[in-house]
Amino acid sequence: MSTTTDVRGPAAAQKPAPAPPAPRRKRPKGWWLPFLLLAPAVVFELLIHVVPMLTGIWISFLQLTKFFIANWSEAPFVGLKNYQVALDFNGSVGAGLLQSFFVTVGFTILVVGLSWVLGMAAAVALQGRFRGRALFRTLFLVPYALPLYAGIITWKFMFQKDTGAINHFLYDNLGLPGDKPFWLIGPNAFWAIVIVAIWRLWPFAFLMLMAGLQSISSEVYEASAVDGAKPFRQWRSITLPMLRPVNSVLLLVMFLWTFNDFNTPYVLFGSTAQPAAGDLISFHIYNASFLTWNFGSGAAMSVLLLLFLLVVTGIYLIAVNRRNRDA
Amino acid sequence: MRKRVIAAAALAATISLVAAGCSSNGSSSSASGSTITYWASNQGTSLDNDKQVLTPVLDDFTKQTGVKVKLEVIGWNDLQTRIQTAVTSGQGPDVLNIGNTWAASLQATGAFLPFGDSEMKAIGGSDKFVKTALDTGGAAGKTPTSVPLYGLAYGLYYNKKMFSDAGVQPPTNWEELVTDAKKLTTGSQYGFSLAAGSYTENAHFAFINSAQNGGEWFDGKGNPTFTSQANIDGIKRYLDLMQTDKVVNTSNAQYDNGVQAVNDFATGKVAMILSQNNADSSINANGMKSDAYGVVPFPSPEGGKPVASHVAGINLSIFKNTKNKDAALEFVKYMTSESVQSTLGKPYATLPVLNGAKPNFTDNADEAATFQKIYNEMSKPLPLVPAEDQFENTVGKAMNDMFAKIATGGTVSDSDIKSALQTAQDQVKQSIGG
Repeated sequence: MSTTTDVRGPAAAQKPAPAPPAPRRKRPKGWWLPFLLLAPAVVFELLIHVVPMLTGIWISFLQLTKFFIANWSEAPFVGLKNYQVALDFNGSVGAGLLQSFFVTVGFTILVVGLSWVLGMAAAVALQGRFRGRALFRTLFLVPYALPLYAGIITWKFMFQKDTGAINHFLYDNLGLPGDKPFWLIGPNAFWAIVIVAIWRLWPFAFLMLMAGLQSISSEVYEASAVDGAKPFRQWRSITLPMLRPVNSVLLLVMFLWTFNDFNTPYVLFGSTAQPAAGDLISFHIYNASFLTWNFGSGAAMSVLLLLFLLVVTGIYLIAVNRRNRDA
Repeated sequence: MRKRVIAAAALAATISLVAAGCSSNGSSSSASGSTITYWASNQGTSLDNDKQVLTPVLDDFTKQTGVKVKLEVIGWNDLQTRIQTAVTSGQGPDVLNIGNTWAASLQATGAFLPFGDSEMKAIGGSDKFVKTALDTGGAAGKTPTSVPLYGLAYGLYYNKKMFSDAGVQPPTNWEELVTDAKKLTTGSQYGFSLAAGSYTENAHFAFINSAQNGGEWFDGKGNPTFTSQANIDGIKRYLDLMQTDKVVNTSNAQYDNGVQAVNDFATGKVAMILSQNNADSSINANGMKSDAYGVVPFPSPEGGKPVASHVAGINLSIFKNTKNKDAALEFVKYMTSESVQSTLGKPYATLPVLNGAKPNFTDNADEAATFQKIYNEMSKPLPLVPAEDQFENTVGKAMNDMFAKIATGGTVSDSDIKSALQTAQDQVKQSIGG
């Protein structure tokens, strides 16, 4: 290979006449640099994302239980059996998955919706200049900046029945009637996890929307004010439409994060209890895998979750793009 | 073209660098030949307490053999997951503690070193162990993959003063236990405390209560038989302490380890607890003297089988892919030697697993005799089948949920228990390929 290059190089230099094809072959100096710079990213993308994902899909077709866990290659291939069990909603495994799916849908709608509302309200409130605006902006971002575990563990302490700050505040300080409720077991677990997840997520919505608002020229608001538009009308007719590109991405990202949320239930409920009311799907799959060492079954559930999220994302993007085209 | 070759070489170099980075990480654990890693379970009053108790013992081992021991103490709620992860990744400690009830399950993974003749000889021979304890080392008829380290049994601890104040005697059957507990439940004090949010404790009592009814959780082939009436009745009886008898504070539904219940007992909030003999260390740490409480066997209902405990305890296993097999065996020999057993027997309040050794965990001779009797005569081993740990996981966590339901005002009926057990059984069946 190298000899041909050596021969052609000088030959092309001696005969300048048939030049046209030569420059196409000759690459600009340093052409390989971008590839070299990309290489680590590609390698790590493969190592960290693609290979594990493909491994997960492969595992979902295996009966990978504890008998084979020390030597994966011996696990028998069972085809779609793991999927059949996961999708058999009359069986207890499938029914558990479906129940967890519904809990997660309700959780996601509430968390994404309320986080967006809070984020929007705070972003609009802090849009105008006033003294102390920077302070509020910083303050609102604190939950986003706190280490995840530290934040959620603090909530876990606050939600304790007898010693937690929340019950102490509601029942000892405010004097609500009745017994102190459990927050982390039983039906209240749903509200506990919704509150923590919103606390965690809304600063992100706030940050994105605040950035989006910067790009809207103040002249538009001034012009509309001259026409007599009140703040709510301005928000509905100017802010909201101008933020559409931000919103379409923001809602999608928040949806994916929230639907997939594993850390919040894992830290909040601990690894020992998973109240049915707070049984989010990622956590459910984790437990289904680790309770019985049945990693094939867990992998099949994960692939189903991946497919569901892909379908929803696809439909959402198509719908958003169509509306953009129409508009 | 030459440049393309250079680029390809650069890419290859990058990949090999990355790969080398990975592999050097992977082999670092084996690089230091004279250091072994030891995962200890939580036996003392806290993880820190365990470190304090074990460190001088391990230092002595290093002095004697030159082998350094890297200690990590792991709580009960995490231990099983940590072991699973280690088995899956092949990156585990050299020597570790397991709950002896998991022995057959972990044996089935093939990730642990079988104690064959030569290994047994290296640790001082199988004859040195009490047979009941050694039998928990693995499934019957297979070479064990663990050896006993600490022996434990459940007993019913009662507060002597509270009993005499209320004019009641220690119970000899379940009915008396409930009557006593009701008398001892007053406004500020409860008759009983349970670790109702701990799946291991709950699974043990599902087993013990059902065994008192003559129930079994697995058939001869190792298939689950969870939904039998004896099992349902056993669980119901235990749940009813909180549900209908109301002798247990509903807050106990969030007690995710046994120590919380023990602390309630030691601080005089409750009159009785069910605990393994290692509770002594926590009780004493809370300032309750050993003559202030008594221990009787956990009673069965009138006409039931006299099963008061499972054969509880902690076993030692060696990871099969250890790079320091000799050092690991040496360490197991040391930990199961008479001197270490008697050193650790007191702080950890354990029953001896060595033949001829006497329990030294308490000055209270009655208590020692009671526990020895329970361990030797009134204990039934948990089923030594590969799916045993899944029984603990699924049934134990189902019971966590049932206690949570009761604590939050719901009721749990026989049919609720049956359907929860059916779910658990389906999960276990699926995972063993049924």
